[in-house]
Amino acid sequence: MIGDARRSAAASPPDEANPDDHGPDPAASRERLAKLAGLVALIIVVVIFPLVFSNATITEIAVQTIIFVAAASAWNLFSGYTGYLSLGHAVFFGAGAYAVGIAARDWNVTGAAVFALLPAAGLIAALIAVPLGLVALRVRRHTFVVITIAFFFIAQLTATNLAITGGSSGLLGPVPDWSANIFNDPFYYAGLIIAAGAVLLSFVIRRSRFGLQLRAIRDDEDRAVGLGVHAMPVKLTAFTISAFITGMAGGLWFFFLGQAFPQFVFDPLFDLAIALMAFFGGLGTVAGPVLGAAVLEPSQLYLTLKLTNDYLSEILLGVLFLVIILFLPRGVLPTAGEIISAQRAKRQRRSAGE
Amino acid sequence: MARQILEAIADGILGGGVYALMAAGLTLIFGVLDIINIAQGILVVLGAYLSYVLSVHLHIDLFVGLLITIPVMFVLGVAIQVLFIRPLRGSERTSMTLLACYAVALVIEGILYGTFGPDYVTLNAWYTQPNASVKVFGFYIGDIYLFGFGLALVAVLALYLLLYRTTFGRAVRATMQDAVAARLVGIEVNRVAALTFGVGVAVTAVGGMMYGATSGGFSPNSGYDLISRLLAIIILGGLGSVGGAMVAAIFMTTAEALVDIWQPNWAVAVFYLVLALVLIIRPAGLFGRRAVRAQ
Repeated sequence: MIGDARRSAAASPPDEANPDDHGPDPAASRERLAKLAGLVALIIVVVIFPLVFSNATITEIAVQTIIFVAAASAWNLFSGYTGYLSLGHAVFFGAGAYAVGIAARDWNVTGAAVFALLPAAGLIAALIAVPLGLVALRVRRHTFVVITIAFFFIAQLTATNLAITGGSSGLLGPVPDWSANIFNDPFYYAGLIIAAGAVLLSFVIRRSRFGLQLRAIRDDEDRAVGLGVHAMPVKLTAFTISAFITGMAGGLWFFFLGQAFPQFVFDPLFDLAIALMAFFGGLGTVAGPVLGAAVLEPSQLYLTLKLTNDYLSEILLGVLFLVIILFLPRGVLPTAGEIISAQRAKRQRRSAGE
Repeated sequence: MARQILEAIADGILGGGVYALMAAGLTLIFGVLDIINIAQGILVVLGAYLSYVLSVHLHIDLFVGLLITIPVMFVLGVAIQVLFIRPLRGSERTSMTLLACYAVALVIEGILYGTFGPDYVTLNAWYTQPNASVKVFGFYIGDIYLFGFGLALVAVLALYLLLYRTTFGRAVRATMQDAVAARLVGIEVNRVAALTFGVGVAVTAVGGMMYGATSGGFSPNSGYDLISRLLAIIILGGLGSVGGAMVAAIFMTTAEALVDIWQPNWAVAVFYLVLALVLIIRPAGLFGRRAVRAQ
């Protein structure tokens, strides 16, 4: 057991090189250069994407995908790093949506100014996360999951019954005031900023002392506490950061789709979808949730468009989840990394044998 | 007012029996397999639809139909365990099994939508009619509530006998205490796990029939409402404690019925408020054996 914990804490996922590993090995530095070039190319592609593919259907899918990249990264930042599986992140998504909706309605905010409300939406979500975290993070594993699900239902019930949220008929969103032929682009870039922030934060946290504490909690919380990790503040901080990003994503989602009602913004499928994305790409890695969202969200939107039957896409989501859990339980990236390093080891053995 | 309160308490206790049964199945599965079957809610709805099909299309009485639906749900439960739960191993097993159950729930919900559509249906029989009731101490109690409560008592008793008076029950309890030790003394833990999952799911046949007959209508969407209540009940009762789940179920439904007198919109919230309060004071739940298992 001790060996297990040490090994999993020490083993970094294959998509990230160890920062201390500045060896003179030319192959390693070539690889790092290739990774950097790939990253730059990826950034260029996502930045110019809506300019190249300006078809409204495609950019619409792109906006929703980028929002899910942000949400899945945010979820992974907490659940993937700490191992505390939250199935209540829709609370923060919905809180962000309602925060933007209520602020825009009551203060008559319209047009591009609505984007300025997004950080406030994130802040509201983060403020909600603190008391929720203080209650839920006292318990672990199954109980934690169940508590987060309970929060989800409380949030849905509250939004349905309060007057300020518009009850079961919900809220209508502020109307964008820019021209229709670039309609989706501002949403896309706002989403890109949030998503990039989420990914960058995941990357920085993963390499920081804070990230190490989070992963120590995931591997063995009791031992981490014994080694001097203040588990509660560490977990709560990650939970709150995650909620902040999710709230911003929710606010943007609401502004983009233009409506919010309880069953729609507090959607249990949202929780499952972001978890699936993180699992698909690789739980606890930086690139995993990005890959998961970039593959799964467009496929699901495409299928929904094609099939026009909600229940079929529901069945497909379930089947896909089962397939991934059964056959790719560690996610695409870690599995691919294992295959690559196994092949590299084989090659090295062969060249050493010559 | 006093009369309303007494009626609410009677409703709560009679309705709680069925929740107790459904929650007992859920907490039993947790105790033996160390997983939470998120699909329990939609399985109850599936049980209700099975009863619906038998009664509407084959004209089989709801209670007689249970002789068919209970074995069907049992087999389904065993199949889910063998196909989707048993293969999952390793450090992420907790999350994996939860998500697998969630995925199974989605698939079942989708199939129910595809088959029955989103409209609400009810289960009907002569004893579900509003005028089919008996007078007890000046109160009218619907026949279906009495029958259902009786059935829940019988089922709970059967569950008790199964757990405490049979060899299988001994194996189940041994596995609950310590799966490794149980394996060492020759218990086939895998078989016990599959059969326990089957038993835990089989009770949803009874729960579903009662839910369909008393809830005033159900749809494929009803699973969420059910599972949220059931989860609150088993946490309150202490995960893995069958007795605790029963007490918690009756307590919760009674509290809900009482709040419903004054605040019908917020009655469901009682479940979560009680849950939050209990967890702040006592994270292990009322009858929890251990708050946290070593990982």
